[in-house]
Amino acid sequence: MSYLISGARVVDPQVDLDRVAGVLVGDDGRIAAIDPSDDEVRAADPVVIDGHGQVLVPGLFDMHVHFRDPGQEYKETIAGGVRAAAKGGYTDVATMPNTTPVCDTGTVVTYQLQKAAEANLARVHPIGALTMGERGEQLAEIGDMVQAGACAFSDDGHGVQYAGIMRTVMDYVKQFDRVVISHCQDDSLVGKGVVNEGVVSTRLGLAGWPAQGEEIHIDRDIQLSELTGCAFHAAHVTTAAGVEMVRAAKERGDDVTCEVCPHHLFLCEDDITDAYDTNFKMNPPLRTAEDARALREALCDGTIDCLVSDHAPHATHEKQVEFERAPFGIVGLETELPLVLTHLVNPGLMTWQRLVEVTAVNPRRRCRLDPVRIEVGGEATLTLVNPHDPFTVTEDFLAGSAHNTPFIGARLDGRASHAFVCGHAILMDGKVAC
Amino acid sequence: MLSVRNLINTPSLTRDDIRQILDTAATFEQVNSRTIKKLPTLRGRTIVNLFLEPSTRTKSSFELACKRLGADTLSVAGSSSSVVKGESLVDTVLTLDAMNVDMFICRAKYAGSPEIIARTTGARVINAGDGKHAHPTQALLDLYTMRKRFGRLEGLRVGIVGDSLHSRVVGSLVPALRTVGAEVTLVGPATFLPAAPEALGATSCARIDDVLGDLDVVYMLRVQNERLDGAAIPSVREYAALYGLDARRAARMRPEAVVMHPGPVNRGVELTSEVADSPRALILNQVNAGVSVRMAAIYLLLGGESDVVSD
Ligand SMILES: [Zn+2]
Repeated sequence: MSYLISGARVVDPQVDLDRVAGVLVGDDGRIAAIDPSDDEVRAADPVVIDGHGQVLVPGLFDMHVHFRDPGQEYKETIAGGVRAAAKGGYTDVATMPNTTPVCDTGTVVTYQLQKAAEANLARVHPIGALTMGERGEQLAEIGDMVQAGACAFSDDGHGVQYAGIMRTVMDYVKQFDRVVISHCQDDSLVGKGVVNEGVVSTRLGLAGWPAQGEEIHIDRDIQLSELTGCAFHAAHVTTAAGVEMVRAAKERGDDVTCEVCPHHLFLCEDDITDAYDTNFKMNPPLRTAEDARALREALCDGTIDCLVSDHAPHATHEKQVEFERAPFGIVGLETELPLVLTHLVNPGLMTWQRLVEVTAVNPRRRCRLDPVRIEVGGEATLTLVNPHDPFTVTEDFLAGSAHNTPFIGARLDGRASHAFVCGHAILMDGKVAC
Repeated sequence: MLSVRNLINTPSLTRDDIRQILDTAATFEQVNSRTIKKLPTLRGRTIVNLFLEPSTRTKSSFELACKRLGADTLSVAGSSSSVVKGESLVDTVLTLDAMNVDMFICRAKYAGSPEIIARTTGARVINAGDGKHAHPTQALLDLYTMRKRFGRLEGLRVGIVGDSLHSRVVGSLVPALRTVGAEVTLVGPATFLPAAPEALGATSCARIDDVLGDLDVVYMLRVQNERLDGAAIPSVREYAALYGLDARRAARMRPEAVVMHPGPVNRGVELTSEVADSPRALILNQVNAGVSVRMAAIYLLLGGESDVVSD
């Protein structure tokens, strides 16, 4: 199948492209022409997609999602997870390894790739565990997982508690040219914390999760990255001080990057009311309004490299319990792009170029994937975004299996309308293919 | 009429709500001093006492309050309830609610449980203590006791001494005292203080001796032995020396100042017997006020008027 996306503003800072252009996708899955001639169009006989008023960008990549497969398929499967990704306009995702069993061998990586290939929607790039069982004790078979196709390594869900173990991990991972993604949480400070320590923990009588429990861990891992020379990426940073540490490391020339989630950008601890809504329980927790403002600025100014959802599906009954008993996490793939459009891009706080960098360019570079560029001969992995297509987030809008999000009911400005993976349509007119 | 449907915590109560509850409790206190203490006011109404964690004192007080109002009561305890067998709180409440319950009185291990019950049923809900969050009837009976002794609440200076961080009483007592115009200082080592006392409306202080001479009410919290494992304090001995109220320290209190405690008292730790049994101590007055105040809360939430019982 060939497609002609006509009339859209095409934005790709990698090739210095920002203008209205027609993009012809060949049936070989590559970009056949930009502004094709009538002859080229006639020869290709494409399905024409009207892109007027929309923006065409390289396919979006979310490098931090949880698909629960294998082991907790009642929460979500890879097949369901890639539907959520496609709905959100994401052509690629990287899955965190805290499955059951943990993705700590090449076998699990292979299984996940196989399941994703069967689903044939968004592509899945498994992240392998740093340590066996994510227990933070003993190196996982990193080399085996690299050979099977793991794109990065993380014990996400847990901090690696001992600096000595993390040093070993970084020393070892470095040889494979992969990044270590750290879920930064010092358990000796965080304990049983469920919300930010401060006003909200006091107000609701809940155990506090102090900002320093995250920041000390970020600082430690930056220093270990300097010691070992291993590339380091701080997962889901939530505090102004944590971002400052990353900024300072970059200024020193360290190979250090970080990411942020929409809920930490657009919600804060004040949103957790005495309704004790468990859809506001995530790890790390919502921080202060000042932290959220600092994160938004850092995402726009280049300090924060990547936007990720930390998509964390849970079954309805698991979240319909007391706050302290509920699992951490919310789904985010479907609402991630609309939230950033509404709160940053449309108000003019973030350029389209910057949006492409944090959702497509930087995550691919960090996960050692080939770049996806809008250029003739390049792979036709594309997302078409309608920034002015207002809608209300409902459970029906969510395409994955789980509905645990605090953004149900939110009025948002726009969303992805189409998405293609190597010329294969996974989202058409806002509907997930097949 | 109260401005709230349920009594989940004190910040949602207006000053007038608090006044109504205390005034109604005063009327009930007269009834409670009669030989025949029962009022038929709530005959035919059904109240479930859902106590998901053990609490002899609060549970007895609520049961007595329900009985004296003539309500039918059903007690569901944590150990006998199916909640511990893996049934969710929502399912437990739906099951009980199907029996046409008018009110749930709930004690729970987890903060926010009464809110879940209120969302799940049409019945009224009284929070009898949820996790480390709130215990509004304790706060109201404390206010009742203070008002009775001082004749006023506005301008009282109250010091709450001990483990405020893990105290559900503090989460309700401080906002209630602020609403009625009292001042509150939380006293204790930083390991026992909440992260943001100002979020409750309190100031804080590490040394009891710095504030003791200014207080009208010295409210001592129980030192929970299970907290000692977390190294919040090095020993009971050191805590007693730094924060315990003994006769020597009590001598520095203002002449009319009182000592209160939500019970049960750890004698020799936060209070010596000399102080606990002295005329300053209102600990038994608090217990006594508990039944009247709980009667008032139940009665007003189930539609009673403030003046109906004055026969
Ligand atoms: Zn994480």
